[in-house]
Amino acid sequence: MEAQTYRVRVGLATCGIAAGASKTYDKLLPLLAEHGIVPERTGCMGMCFSEPLVEVISPAGETFLYGNVTEDKAEIIVEQHIVGGKPVEDLLVLSNVKETENSHFMAKQERILLSHMGVIDPESIESYLAYDGYKALAKAMQMSSEDVIKEVQKSGLRGRGGAGFPTGMKWNFAYQAKGDKKYVVCNADEGDPGAFMDRSVLEGNPHAVIEGMTIAAYAIGADEGYIYVRAEYPLAIKRLRKAIKEANEHGYLGNKILGTDFCFQLKIKEGAGAFVCGEETALLASIEGERGIPRPRPPFPATSGLWGKPTLLNNVETYANVPAIFRLGAEQYSKVGTERSKGTKVFALTGKIKKTGLAEVPMGITMREIIYDVGGGVQDDKEFKAVQIGGPSGGCLPAELLDLPVDYDSLTAAGAMMGSGGLVVMDETTCMVDVAKFFLTFTQSESCGKCTPCREGTKRMLEILERITEGNGQPGDIETLEELGEAIRDSALCGLGQTAPNPVLSTLRYFRHEYEEHINEGKCRAGVCTNLITYYIIPEKCTGCTLCARNCPVNAISGERKQPHVIDPSVCIKCGVCMEKCNFDAIILK
Amino acid sequence: MTEAQKCYAEDPFDYGPVDEILERFRGEKGTTIPILQAIQEVYGYLPRQALEYAAKKLKTPLSRIYGVATFYAQFHLQPRGENIIRVCQGTACHVRGGAKIMDALKDQLGIGVGETTEDRKFTLESVACIGACGLAPVIMINNDTFGRLTPEKIKEILKNYQD
Ligand SMILES: Cc1cc2nc3c(=O)[nH]c(=O)nc-3n(C[C@H](O)[C@H](O)[C@H](O)COP(=O)(O)O)c2cc1C
Ligand code: FES
Repeated sequence: MEAQTYRVRVGLATCGIAAGASKTYDKLLPLLAEHGIVPERTGCMGMCFSEPLVEVISPAGETFLYGNVTEDKAEIIVEQHIVGGKPVEDLLVLSNVKETENSHFMAKQERILLSHMGVIDPESIESYLAYDGYKALAKAMQMSSEDVIKEVQKSGLRGRGGAGFPTGMKWNFAYQAKGDKKYVVCNADEGDPGAFMDRSVLEGNPHAVIEGMTIAAYAIGADEGYIYVRAEYPLAIKRLRKAIKEANEHGYLGNKILGTDFCFQLKIKEGAGAFVCGEETALLASIEGERGIPRPRPPFPATSGLWGKPTLLNNVETYANVPAIFRLGAEQYSKVGTERSKGTKVFALTGKIKKTGLAEVPMGITMREIIYDVGGGVQDDKEFKAVQIGGPSGGCLPAELLDLPVDYDSLTAAGAMMGSGGLVVMDETTCMVDVAKFFLTFTQSESCGKCTPCREGTKRMLEILERITEGNGQPGDIETLEELGEAIRDSALCGLGQTAPNPVLSTLRYFRHEYEEHINEGKCRAGVCTNLITYYIIPEKCTGCTLCARNCPVNAISGERKQPHVIDPSVCIKCGVCMEKCNFDAIILK
Repeated sequence: MTEAQKCYAEDPFDYGPVDEILERFRGEKGTTIPILQAIQEVYGYLPRQALEYAAKKLKTPLSRIYGVATFYAQFHLQPRGENIIRVCQGTACHVRGGAKIMDALKDQLGIGVGETTEDRKFTLESVACIGACGLAPVIMINNDTFGRLTPEKIKEILKNYQD
């Protein structure tokens, strides 16, 4: 069916709203009403770099995605495009009828999970249904439990929460487990800083997660489920609430699902701000209302989980893949990806990368393709130094490994891990010792304190890193870090402690020279560790414009007008303002 | 009058909301955290009286409730400001200058992390990631997120919350 008029969509996820998309929407509403158009709300379109985003779709189905549409630009789009019929070239980010400078962002992506994101209205079940929503559930419910599980096994899907455990196998364990009461739980704690895929999926396509969980409940024989969402995601929680309510009303959740005897009650539990609650046993303790402290496994949740009952626990993205498996069929689904890592993975591209955003790529693509082809390369064309993958449990990979295929096994072999999908790009201005310290500070403060290696060991490692970055590193520190790191990795109780040394061990493996420079030469090449740097004005380059002196917050710079200036190192607080302000590149770090 | 109500009859503290919250969650499992969240929603923090009262009515040791309350970063045992500013110190924000944003806020408000301004207008906190990393550096004021910040923009944003 061809639409008669233009359609207009506004991306209203947390990132869009933070950039001002709500104001743009409010501005568009009356302007478009004059032309009989109601702007549609949708979730994340994945291109954070040019939020707020507005998409105009012509009656013939041509799409024009406009970027940086702050409220003042809404009028231009309505006047010129909707009324005048002429696309607004200046704001155009992407189009299906024309090449733009951003076409590369989509070229290597393969959008299966995200195919409806930025298209459907996350607050309307009708909108989800119009794109084959809940058809996968209907299909699965015509199959036996065993066949549903076999289909998931055949798809080759592995858990997207970090460890990559085969999903079908986990479902089978939960199915086989004896018990009259079983639970299905979704891990939406997304604690890795630098990751926001799960948030975007929950905000942009909540029904996909609900549908995946309902299929899981049908398969393992559960009648109750929980979604554990972190409290820092208020919009995701709001949209999930609405989606659950609508799914209940439409008979896709609750009692007598699709007119059968199958019942599944789904509830939301809000997290309360503890990273360790992303670990499955801690998460279950937290749902039970206790302190979120992990316990040793086995028993695994599949046999003894929530209130001691068999519990299936998967990540948001894992569940969101399930409807696609049943829509496409396992065989078709498993054509994408590598031998041992099937399907696609959504990555959050952040840090010093040109195009920040969400990218869904086939497993096995190289890191270079993700960073350079999709992400457009390093911001300001600085030199690439490292990419951090897998959050606080992951590692930093150097330029030499850019051609590494991105799949579970290759990443683990390289000392990193797939993790949840955060990719933080770092350039020459990032100090790798500082990054290692940053992560360890995080894990150290999030350690629940139950086991000694993690509680005490990470603290000792952090002390060493602190003294190295302060310029007091000692010979032997590197070896001690390695020894401690390996001991903690092998002896901590849960995944948090076992993986906490990874950022240190991986930077030691690939950026050892930076540690050595800090300790032996008292030098921080990135100019981050303030105790190890001094700002210096090159007399030949200084024109005596006085700009630096006027901006120095502590009056550490002196000199006559039109004469070279000097910085007094005993007063300087190393804030870097002078270097930022200088128009002649006369200030350098020594 | 129940046992618990009797003891508190003389107390000027308003226990009404706690009663209402406990009633709302009656009969459900695993409600400690949601109850604490609801209490904090009403009072802005977790007043000691409210926790003692809830413990008594729930027939749970206060130490257990206190244990939960102190485990999670979300819960506060001290009163907080009208507006809660949460500065992201996550990885993406860290490499894009999150520390400078924090410094600017400390400077403007004249308080440190975890502190509240004297007029009780603002509380400054840090958070490990808000999930808007694509717009780093990011802060959250109450439930609103602000991205692509520079120290200069902070002043403008604070103005909207000043009165
Ligand atoms: C410290 C720690 C934090 C974790 N955080 C998360 C998280 O935020 N989200 C998540 O899905 N899994 C997280 N996990 C992994 C879970 O324990 C669990 O393996 C996963 O949710 C299982 O789902 P999957 O099989 O679908 O991947 C974390 C693990 C550890 C040890
Ligand atoms: S790291 Fe700051 S929002 Fe994610």
